[in-house]
Amino acid sequence: MTEVNLTQISKKFGKSTVLKQIDLTLAGQTIYGLLGRNGAGKSTLLNIIENRIPATSGSVQIDGEDNVNNDLALGKVYLMSEQNLYSNSAKVDQIFRETALFYPGFDFELAHQLTNKFELNENLRFGKLSTGYRAVMKDIIALAVDAEVILLDEPTLGLDAAHRELFYQELMEAYAKRPRIFVISTHLIEEIAGLIEHVLLLKDGKMMLNDTTENLLAQSYAITGPEKQVQEYTAGLNVIGHDSLGKLRSDYVFGELDDQRILPDTVSVEGIDLQKLFINLTNGQWEKERA
Amino acid sequence: MQFNFNSSEPLYLQVAAQIENAIFLGSFAANEQIPSTTEISRDFKINPATVLKGMNILVNDGLIEKKRGLGMFVLADAQEKIRVKRQNEFFHDYIQKMIVEARNLGLGKEAVISLVEKGFGEK
Repeated sequence: MTEVNLTQISKKFGKSTVLKQIDLTLAGQTIYGLLGRNGAGKSTLLNIIENRIPATSGSVQIDGEDNVNNDLALGKVYLMSEQNLYSNSAKVDQIFRETALFYPGFDFELAHQLTNKFELNENLRFGKLSTGYRAVMKDIIALAVDAEVILLDEPTLGLDAAHRELFYQELMEAYAKRPRIFVISTHLIEEIAGLIEHVLLLKDGKMMLNDTTENLLAQSYAITGPEKQVQEYTAGLNVIGHDSLGKLRSDYVFGELDDQRILPDTVSVEGIDLQKLFINLTNGQWEKERA
Repeated sequence: MQFNFNSSEPLYLQVAAQIENAIFLGSFAANEQIPSTTEISRDFKINPATVLKGMNILVNDGLIEKKRGLGMFVLADAQEKIRVKRQNEFFHDYIQKMIVEARNLGLGKEAVISLVEKGFGEK
């Protein structure tokens, strides 16, 4: 099984530091969700793994081999991104054949099935495809290549709701049939919450969270009730945000609750979903609540 | 099969609960095959590992069994097992909660009993 190791990866663009000393291991048969606000460094990180852009410092190893100018190592990785690497005059089926030159195990049968399901005409030239269909074509390639590590940077950007649904379904089927490493970077957290087993959360260029979805959600709570009782109950806990409606208040807690405290009848404790956790961890309110 | 997911319970427990309910209601009959991990994973866009974890709960509860190379099948006594389990949980899941709510509403024991009788009297 392929393993990707990032060691102390940093990236500067001019004076701004986009990634700060990222250590990360991608391993096993896992679907990772790479989450972060706009500008958090998600695309930069994926581009560095695929060696499309160089890191300022640090190294990426794929099965123990440095990824810089290493075709053998990079053949194990495929990055689907917004970037268009194809000539406008190339036809879809021609692009498939060209991809197969670098990924010899390219699954043409699956690619044809998918073009049918998505109703993508393989005779069209890339330049004639709409934004949505360009993304569809790149998603199809990502599912059909035989790479062990598939990086998907905003795979559903420009796709309509029906195509997004179909893409997630095909992704699950492809993954179930041939488990490998997927890293999905997206803003549509709600849509992928059930798909991802492991969350990587980038904030201000740092890896803020790196844990299984299950572990994260098991320690994420909404404490709801009358303002005064809720605040008494959550005092000293890791409150990452709150919502209030008049005197009714929900405090969002990330971390252990205090079993010694007595929960008043008027206060309820519930789990929260990944999106809620993400919003509260990344909107800056957290620091304010702690201050 | 209809999956209704909420956000406050782990997904694998919900998968297990939904399949259990489908068995209890007879959607998946005794000795019949239930949908595969891949099918459920695909249809509901849930990670196959999560689906499998949910199914393993049902295997451990003795409701379904794995037949090598074929898939998961509903055991003959699954429905009865679920019935017994739910009967045991009925007091906690329904009666206790009803009494808490009745107290909050200021309804006494007699009032609740008469409402229960009324409920049984209606078709």
